[in-house]
Amino acid sequence: MASPAPLIAAREGVGPALQKLLGEDLIEHIFAVGEDSITVRREAVAGVMVMLRDELDYQQLMEIAGVDYPERAERFEVVYHLLSVTKNHRLRVRVSTDETTPVPSIVPVWPVAGWLEREVFDMYGVLFAGNPDLRRILTDYGFQGHPQRKDFPLTGYTELRYSEEDKRVVYEPVKLAQDFRNFDFLSPWEGADYVLPGDEKAGGTGEAPGKGAPSPMTAQQVKVADDKAAKKAPAPTPKTTEKPEQTGAGAKANVKAAKTSRDGAKAPTAAKAKTPATKKAEKAPAKPKAPAKPRKPKTGGDA
Amino acid sequence: MTDSPQVKHHGSDMFAGYPVDTANTAGDQAVTNYTINFGPQHPAAHGVLRMVMELDGEIIERVDPHVGLLHRGTEKLIEYKTYLQALPYFDRLDYCSPLGMEHSYVLAIEKLLDLEVPDRAQYLRTMFAELTRICNHMLNIGSHVMDVGAMTPNLWVFELREDCLNFFERASGARMHSAWFRPGGVHQDVPEKLLVDIGEWCETRLPKLFGDAMSLVIDNRIFKQRNVDIATVSKEDALAWGFSGPMIRGSGIPWDIRKAQPYDAYAKMDFDIPVGTRGDCYDRFMVRVQEVYQSQRIILQCINAMPRGPVASLDRKVVPPKRGEMKQSMESLIHHFKLYTEGFHVPAGEVYVATESPKGEFGVYLVSDGTNKPYRCKIRPTAFSHLQAMDMMSKGHMLADTTAIIGAIDVVFGECDR
Repeated sequence: MASPAPLIAAREGVGPALQKLLGEDLIEHIFAVGEDSITVRREAVAGVMVMLRDELDYQQLMEIAGVDYPERAERFEVVYHLLSVTKNHRLRVRVSTDETTPVPSIVPVWPVAGWLEREVFDMYGVLFAGNPDLRRILTDYGFQGHPQRKDFPLTGYTELRYSEEDKRVVYEPVKLAQDFRNFDFLSPWEGADYVLPGDEKAGGTGEAPGKGAPSPMTAQQVKVADDKAAKKAPAPTPKTTEKPEQTGAGAKANVKAAKTSRDGAKAPTAAKAKTPATKKAEKAPAKPKAPAKPRKPKTGGDA
Repeated sequence: MTDSPQVKHHGSDMFAGYPVDTANTAGDQAVTNYTINFGPQHPAAHGVLRMVMELDGEIIERVDPHVGLLHRGTEKLIEYKTYLQALPYFDRLDYCSPLGMEHSYVLAIEKLLDLEVPDRAQYLRTMFAELTRICNHMLNIGSHVMDVGAMTPNLWVFELREDCLNFFERASGARMHSAWFRPGGVHQDVPEKLLVDIGEWCETRLPKLFGDAMSLVIDNRIFKQRNVDIATVSKEDALAWGFSGPMIRGSGIPWDIRKAQPYDAYAKMDFDIPVGTRGDCYDRFMVRVQEVYQSQRIILQCINAMPRGPVASLDRKVVPPKRGEMKQSMESLIHHFKLYTEGFHVPAGEVYVATESPKGEFGVYLVSDGTNKPYRCKIRPTAFSHLQAMDMMSKGHMLADTTAIIGAIDVVFGECDR
């Protein structure tokens, strides 16, 4: 093993020993990433723990963790981490359950399991049959729901603040000024099986997901697509310039054109043809501006 | 301490069988048990601990600790962050020993990735983990002593804690929430002068000041009266209640993950494991005092043996390139961008990695589904199991002993409540 993680020597013959000891209760034994983990039957877990403690010397229960896999029939995994201080070995024991089926409590085996089971109950709603004190532990008094479930939103449902009017803390539904931003970084060029927003036009490659990104269009394809677009879609109101008004010319444009430009020269397009509007404009001529200081003529490009 | 002592009437069975003349005792109350509320705002509770205590006079009958007042949903938040973004949450668990918390997490990631870490990074992490241990024990020893009535040593050892924090600042830029351990190594190398200063500090200032402070305490009659034979825990109980760290060593079991399951550079270090003989509060205190000297030994060994070289893995798919490199090379720029936005992907699998944090076994159970975010990150706090044994430990003791027991547990609620 290359990594500097805590070095735990593999325990000789633990596989056959577990098989022999647990028999039918042992569903699966996996050795992965240098750690032994077993799956056992849920109903038998209390007895299994006694045997593991007394026969295989796992004296300590360090941790009970819940994990939620919503897509499974029995969605919760309860994972026990055992430690043997004499054999210097760790063992992971897991059982699975759902929202309603209780797991036998192991408080009689290890008293430390009391709070650990309470925490799994609080966070996931897993029931433990036989735990003498199955109250919530980490969440607020009167809290509802099980926050570590995957379908529980990160922001929760209620928030609390101190209300100046009521002179007490009040609970209110969560109001967010900005939606929670959860970026999807599973990059599409590694084969996403969905269409990214804005890519609807591309229409997919028709390839199975995981085949990689679609290759860019060929020149021929671009031409065909352009032709198709040109053929089928005439502009809704064609722009024509049949009358003078449609050119954009008129009184405003004439006034603008009559103004002297910065260097004092009059614009060359002084409108000779007088429309009624231009006459009006001439009666109230624009205030003569102070002639701008003539700019120094630039000498020889950018030095 | 007492918000409002509620008087409970348990009188009926106590006087069963005795003729009680209720008419003549009008105005008197048959007070047997008090139920009082300790905390959640109490200076000796080391944070937001609320304990509902049932007292018979001043003798504790039952303790029901209520935790979770500092629950911030760290584990849930981590599921929505990339592996690197989740790292600073660990500083905020046990804010008295932040680097010890980071240590378990980075080791768990490295174990799943099977990532090699350069020697210098391993030595640096070992050294700073031990500096964190000293820093943590300074706080705990000082406050434990103060909880039972001594003021001066606390002020002295806080001087040392301040030194430690200054060292952290020089290494990482932050006094407490360093975020300095990273998957694959550490974030930045330390200046040479810092190693020299830490070495000098370990050889001169630490033993002198700490020795002076402890000379006031360890043979002190009052201190012993308050701690010896308080909350005695047998070896069997320590195992059954999931004790770890100084708590299990105080009970006489020489179990130390640094020795039994060495990680980073601990296999190359020479140090001893102090154990207690009686398993009381005094033993736990003395174990911590001795651990400070052992940590000092480890730090000096680390400084002497530290090789030169890179301080983080050169695997560019995990560790981002340095900024200067990023400004020069397109390849580095791409890696830098991808690692700080998408982050690295961790192969599917699960690990439980526990290290010897200053307070005991701090474990991280990491479940990865192959994406860039942890599927589940369960944190095994040290204080959770210790505090649960509060009822067992304080039964039959006096109310005033509670502060000594809590002090000897060394509980920090950032970590207990997560």
